Formats: sequence, structure tokens, C-alpha cells
Amino acid sequence: MTISYQVENTNITNELLIQMYSTMLKIRMFEEKIIEVYPVQDMQCPVHLCIGEEAIAAGVCLNLKKEDYIFSTHRNHGHCVAKGSDMKLMMAEFYGKKTGYSKGKGGSMHMVDPENGILGTSAIVGGAIPLAVGTALASAMKKDGRVSAAFFGDGAAEEGTFHESLNFASLKKLPVVFVCENNFYATNSYISARQPHNDIAKKAESYLIPSVQIDGNDVVAVYEEARKAVERARAGKGPSFIECRTYRWKGHVGPDCDYEKGCRPKEELDVWMDRCPVKTFEDFILKNKSISEKELQQLKANIAKELDNAVSYGRTSPLPDDKELFEDVYA
Amino acid sequence: MPWTKVYLDKEDFEKASKLADQGLRGFTYRDAIKEALTQMLEKDESVFVMGEGIDDPGGTFGTTTNLHKKFGAERVFDIPIAENGMTGVAIGAALAGMKPVFVHMRVDFLPMCMDQIINHAAKWHYMFGGKVNVPLVIRSIIGRGWGSAAQHSQSLQALFAHIPGLKVVMPSTPYDAKGLLIASIEDGNPIIFIEHRWLYEQIGHVPEKIYTVPIGKGIVRKEGKDVTIAATSFMVYEAMKAAAVLEKDGINVEVVDLRTLKPLDEDIICESVKKTGRLIVADTGWKTCGIGAEVVATVAEKALKYHRRC
Repeated sequence: MTISYQVENTNITNELLIQMYSTMLKIRMFEEKIIEVYPVQDMQCPVHLCIGEEAIAAGVCLNLKKEDYIFSTHRNHGHCVAKGSDMKLMMAEFYGKKTGYSKGKGGSMHMVDPENGILGTSAIVGGAIPLAVGTALASAMKKDGRVSAAFFGDGAAEEGTFHESLNFASLKKLPVVFVCENNFYATNSYISARQPHNDIAKKAESYLIPSVQIDGNDVVAVYEEARKAVERARAGKGPSFIECRTYRWKGHVGPDCDYEKGCRPKEELDVWMDRCPVKTFEDFILKNKSISEKELQQLKANIAKELDNAVSYGRTSPLPDDKELFEDVYA
Repeated sequence: MPWTKVYLDKEDFEKASKLADQGLRGFTYRDAIKEALTQMLEKDESVFVMGEGIDDPGGTFGTTTNLHKKFGAERVFDIPIAENGMTGVAIGAALAGMKPVFVHMRVDFLPMCMDQIINHAAKWHYMFGGKVNVPLVIRSIIGRGWGSAAQHSQSLQALFAHIPGLKVVMPSTPYDAKGLLIASIEDGNPIIFIEHRWLYEQIGHVPEKIYTVPIGKGIVRKEGKDVTIAATSFMVYEAMKAAAVLEKDGINVEVVDLRTLKPLDEDIICESVKKTGRLIVADTGWKTCGIGAEVVATVAEKALKYHRRC
């Protein structure tokens, strides 16, 4: 069950295909770098890796402008990388350094990058969905043409904030795109233990929000649905909802595979690894001759170098001073 | 100053009406709040007001009546019954540069918003290294009426004062209500602005111009030498009445109106206790882990040596 990428009858250029790939690759290599350095135990914060889910961040964010807002969760690395955040400042934050995006006070769960439209990510499930509706409300009031996107998981669909946010966004026709990354698990709880059905898009439909359920590992499909949703939002036609079905390869938190602990069946992971969003797309663009093998290797080498620098910057940056503990409590 | 005086009732105010000769305007607490909102909506286009039923004829005890007509439903609007989610919406708008004022008819509705208030609004500036801030004012109303029962009569200020990142403001006079509300809207932090429902009819002098009262500063409402009563909100009036009664018994009471619970004006309390050597705290909330406990602890830490045995 592989992925058949459909680029016919779209305006997707070769250049865009390469952007999709390079964005996903960057996220994958960023996460793999964390796995590589984590055993040293000098990155002292929890990490929630998004390996296996890269196509969603890439497909959505490639439709957004720099000034558009995104809100995300504890599993935010991919979204931030895709939105244009500097991997060096992200790594510094993960190492708890004052040079990091949140001056070392947020860690991996709490990224902020206002220049790229990231006004803070929340580690409370469903917590940031209304914030995205709020920035969309501000955009509607200011008529600044910005679009807000909210990334969240399937677990968030059980929270009150999910329903409250969809209700209000639809009521006021706000320029927001809801992106549900349905990976079927909330930590180790399967969706059937938590929801009466697993068609999350149906919940959004009940709020009269245009909703689709798509293969979240298919970057082209995500890109195309996000394009329509962003256009709709920018045209003042209100919110859209995209349920992207996907799978998280690693455990809820940390660099390990949780099937080893008996959390989830290995067979399930194997099926989804065969549907790897990065590898299947790599095969596609090579076959499509969108990129040469040599260019591809160069791309990987460039990202690897950037990541080595990022880790080195993170490790060697200074820790915050003790006195900074009490700074920034109030603006 | 005339506007720092607490008028215990309308009769008292009328006695003081000679002050009108000085060009000072008498205004109710209700109208002071409404004027603060009106002037800030006029002055700053990033200000907007939202809340359940704020555009109905009652207008939140008369504090928002017809504002939606004056400023349009885009800037003054009714909302779904979704307190937590709508708090998040207000936070998001604030992050994008707006200055929302979220109005709740009762403080009893705020427990539903605790996730957004505590985990989001209060944390956002600190947790992101000061890169973003949340200029959000949450107005809410405390105090018992008749037969309002346990879910419509609480005074939950201490819950919020516990949380770093929040400021808690409780004006007692019309002058302070306007000045502190304007200061709150301009402050740039999430502020819990608490009004006691029995204060709306209170009259005091309120200047027409836009002015601010500093957040974090208490005020001595009545000077005295024998005992300090540190009071909050409506209890300032009760303290003034008690002071008048005790005066007849030769006990000279100093009344300190805390005005802001967080940050607490520790200096004004300690200075007063230094003088009187005795302290009573009068708050509308519960005793256990309450504002009273906090004020007493502050004095124990910083001014215990001035304690005088009765």
C-alpha cells in the first residue's frame, strides 16, 4: 500500500516538488539528529518527535506566507522547521540556552518565533487551537490578510477547546485552517478507546466547516487541500478543516520506538514505515526526474552540515544566568 | 485629594457635593467603568470588548449598555457560551496586537477558563523568554445578591493572585474603577479585574479625561494610629463604617484600601502597621489560603517587630 502522488492537473512545479521534499527531509534529519545526540543527556528536556508525520507540516506551511500565523503543540518541531524557524536557535532552546528561541525557558515543547508567525506553542492538549482562532479574529478585525493555521492531534478533538474553537471560527467566518494530525494515538491510548468513531473531519462538518479527510503521508495531497483551505481563508470565506491520517514512528516522548515496550504493535509500525512520507516521495521525484541523485545527495549533505552547526551552537551557547529565573514574569 | 475619599452612601456623597464647586463630577462606579471602556474604544482601535450577553439591555450591570451600538458589533460583541475557548480566542487576539476586554457577569464562570488563564495567558510571556505578551483584561464580578446561592456569589480573587504572570485588581471607588481599568487595558499583561456588584451604585468623583491609577499601589482611605484595617473592594466601605463606630469608643482606625492584590503594595501595609502595631484584614473571600493570609504573612515577614500586644 504505497502512495501514488498525483501532480497531474495541478499547478505544482518541479521547484515546488523539491521544496516539499527538502522541507520534509529537513524535518526528518532534524529529528534524527536529536535521536543521535540525546543519549549524551545534555539535552535536558522532553522531546516529542514527529518522524513519520513530516508531510503535514511541509504540505501546509508551504502554502503560508512568512507573516501568517501557526500554532502548534508539544510535537512542534516539524511545524517550526517548515515555517522557516532557524534550526540553530531551536537546538539552542532544546539545550536550555539563553540563545534559544525562548531564552531557554521553553524547551522543545515551547517554541516561539514571532518573525515567522509563531507566537508560542502549547503543551496542553487542545490548548493552542483557540489561540489560532484568536489571531484569526485579530486578522479579520485588522483586515491584514493573514491566515492562521492550528496544528493539533486526534486527542485534541476530545477537548472542549476544539469544539469551542470550531464553533466560534465558523460563526464568525474567521481566516483559520484547522489541521488535525490524526495518528490514532494519544500517548498510548488508541482512538477507539477515546472516541465513538474515528472520523474527526465529521465533527468539524457539524459546525458547517468545509472538511476533508486525507492521507497525511501524501505531501501532495496535503499541499493541495491546504492550498484550497488557505485560499478560502484569505478570500474571507471562513475556516476549513483538514484531517490528515498519519502515524508517529517513535514513542509519545523520547527517541525510542515504543513497540519495544509493548505500547503498540510492531506490525502496525511496519505498515506505516512502508508508507514513509519522505522515502516514498524521494522515490517519486527521482523517478519523475525532478531532482538528480547527485542533487539529492548534495541537499542531504547541506542539511547535515547545518544540523551539525546547530547542535554545536546549542551545546556551546551559554546557559541563562541565575538572575534570569525571575525575569519576564511580567511584560 | 477629594477623589480619594470614600463616600459611604449617597447621603454622605451629597454632603460632600460642595466639591462640585471645584469642578469635580459625581459619577457612579458603573458609569466610571463604562466611561473607561468608551474612552479606550475611542482612543485605541486595538481595544475590543467581548462577553456573554454584553449587548443585551442589561449590559452587564449597566457597564456595557449600548456600547455595541456606538462602536459596532465588530468591536463590542456577544459570544458563545464557551468560557475557556473564548479566553483562548482573546489570548490569541492579544498576541496579535489587540487589547481585548473579556467581560464575565460572575467570577463563578472563571473556573471554566482556568486552563487558558493559568496555562496560557499567565505563562506566555515568561515561557517564551519575553518575546510575546498578552494584553488581556478579564473583568469579572463578585459578591452576593439575594438568594444567589453558592455558584453565583463567590469571591475567587485569591485563586488568581496565586499565579505568577497574572495581576489582580480590585477597585473600590468610582475614581479607581476608571483609572485602574484604563491602566489595566494599557498594561500589557493579563489582568483579572474584579468588581463587587454592590459597588455599582457607589458615587464618587470621576474626572472626564482619560487617566490612570497605578496598578500595584494601595491607598490610605483614613488615617489612624491604633489599628490598621487592610481592606479589599467592598470591604473598604465596611471598614470605614467600622472605623466610625470604633471612633466613638476611642479607637482610632487606619483604613488601607489595597486596590491591587497582585502585585500587593507591601510597603503601604507595613508602613501602616509600623504606625498602629495592629492589623485586621477585611476581604470578601475565604480565609484559608486567602488574601487575609497573604497580607498577614507579608506583615509577619517584614514588619513583625512593630506588632503591639493589645
